[in-house]
Amino acid sequence: MTTSSNEPILRVERLKKNFGGVLAVYDVSFELKRGEFLGIIGPNGSGKTTLVNLITGFVRPSGGRVLFKGKNITGKMPYKIADLGIARTFQMVRLFYNLPAYKNLIIPLCSSRVRRMRGGKYGEKDDEAVDLLDDMGFERDSYVPYKQVGTLPHGYLKRLDLARAMALRPELLILDELFSGMSMSEVASTLPLIEKFNREGLTIIMIEHRLKELFRVVDRVLVLNFGEKIAEGTPDEVMAEDEVKKAYLGIDVEIPPDPGTA
Amino acid sequence: MAERDFRKKRLDRGIKARSDTIFAVASTKEILYLLAPRFVPVAILLLLPLFLESYWNKVLVYACIYGLLALSWDFLASCGLFSLGQSLFFGLGAYIAGALNYYFHLPTVVTIPVATLAGGVLCAALLSPVMRLRGVYFAMVTLMLPLLLMKVVETTGVFGGTHGLSSLAGFPHEMLAIYLAIIGFLVCLFLFRRIMNADYGLILRAIRDDDRSVMSGGINIYWRKSQALFIAGAAGSFAGALMTHHYQFVGMSTFALDYSILPVAAVALGGPGTFAGAALGSMILVPLSEALRALGGLRIAIYCGILIVSIILLPEGFFHYLARKYHQFERIEKIK
Repeated sequence: MTTSSNEPILRVERLKKNFGGVLAVYDVSFELKRGEFLGIIGPNGSGKTTLVNLITGFVRPSGGRVLFKGKNITGKMPYKIADLGIARTFQMVRLFYNLPAYKNLIIPLCSSRVRRMRGGKYGEKDDEAVDLLDDMGFERDSYVPYKQVGTLPHGYLKRLDLARAMALRPELLILDELFSGMSMSEVASTLPLIEKFNREGLTIIMIEHRLKELFRVVDRVLVLNFGEKIAEGTPDEVMAEDEVKKAYLGIDVEIPPDPGTA
Repeated sequence: MAERDFRKKRLDRGIKARSDTIFAVASTKEILYLLAPRFVPVAILLLLPLFLESYWNKVLVYACIYGLLALSWDFLASCGLFSLGQSLFFGLGAYIAGALNYYFHLPTVVTIPVATLAGGVLCAALLSPVMRLRGVYFAMVTLMLPLLLMKVVETTGVFGGTHGLSSLAGFPHEMLAIYLAIIGFLVCLFLFRRIMNADYGLILRAIRDDDRSVMSGGINIYWRKSQALFIAGAAGSFAGALMTHHYQFVGMSTFALDYSILPVAAVALGGPGTFAGAALGSMILVPLSEALRALGGLRIAIYCGILIVSIILLPEGFFHYLARKYHQFERIEKIK
């Protein structure tokens, strides 16, 4: 690692987003070091996905800044941000159902980022796609990588979406509820993969409702509630906080802050 | 009661291979099975001008020109841009070729390629501000642009105004025009099919299905869409330039609504998404419209009637219907 390793790879400064009168994300700030594994948790509607959309450029922030490797990427187009090295998966997978599974990876493999990373030229894209899928547990000698996406079970779709993100050779990977809808065995086989990516130096942000699995792999957790950051720290620290217990377990339920005055 | 004892049984004939890039071809029969639907129509189209009289040859040129516009429409539709302004592409090509010949006396070997390329660039440039619009909004803008240009020509009198530019260079021989139209049309057809089946076309189709997913793959979708606009624009402009030199005249009518609507009707009749459907549709519609000419004013009504009936009965389009039938056995079998 060079001297730049001290500098955070991602810095989010007072990020805000309101949809009309609804505050989806309010004043969220955090930093992420290179190689770190951050979990983001929070109840439904707490602004987790909006936060991902703000970082990856799918939603324009109403205020605040996002810096990636020291460069301001606030409000840039999603393809530009992906080109810089932030890849994401979608909570509701966005795949092409009428294509064979491996053909879905052709799209990121045709990007200029991949060409640059490969030293200025594209490889055999079909072979690379099958290699990538093989890494994700789509056995290359089975029929699975060649089947139409629409005929695959849901767990495979989630892993295909992960493969699609990894095909971009990202520096920061954002997983938006990767495990939702996956069976226990599928989670058990996917989790080591993600840990491996992290060990190999990939910085990861993971949004997840399955706290047990999440807490096993992350270094740090950030808790959102009603669009605001209510806690940050190691899993144990965070779960000890009263605010988090309140948000999660509903102890002493408060009325949500009025968006107009917040 | 007799009907109940029998039923129609359908079986797929197709040759199956696991990967779509590998074909396992076993016999000459199978090779013929694959190649015949491609080569027979091409051969017919290439031989047809030798047997037709001059009037029907003109109709054939028309059919090819509308065919090019229909292909250009289908290409844009394949990447999610639904255009109602094929006459913009057509008119731009026609006027560029006409103006180059009228003002600079350039020969057809220069004007047609220049009009094709410059037309493509102009189309992409004119439509790039509205590329972010989708569906009906993009369609509305494309519908307005040719009408706008037509009015500009009419009121300012540029490029000959309402009179147009006449006595332009023609083709030395009529057959040259006919074959240029046919070959341009066929090249466009097979080129577009080739593009769409390659990885490049896969991305264009993906943009139509889910542009956000494509963006998250690091692909600049606006740059890709402007490339698609250039390709489709070039095809339409080539048709316009050809028409200009074939008639040795270019006028405001090149921006007329006919050139926008008929290609869409041809694709609707032939079936979208394959280009073969667009080609087939225009080869049916244009001669049909000529054949009905004898009926005078009533022909439009009959023409529209045929179109409506075919769209209701065959919503998938003629081509998909024929392709399906070609790949199926059908037999009547007795129910046990």
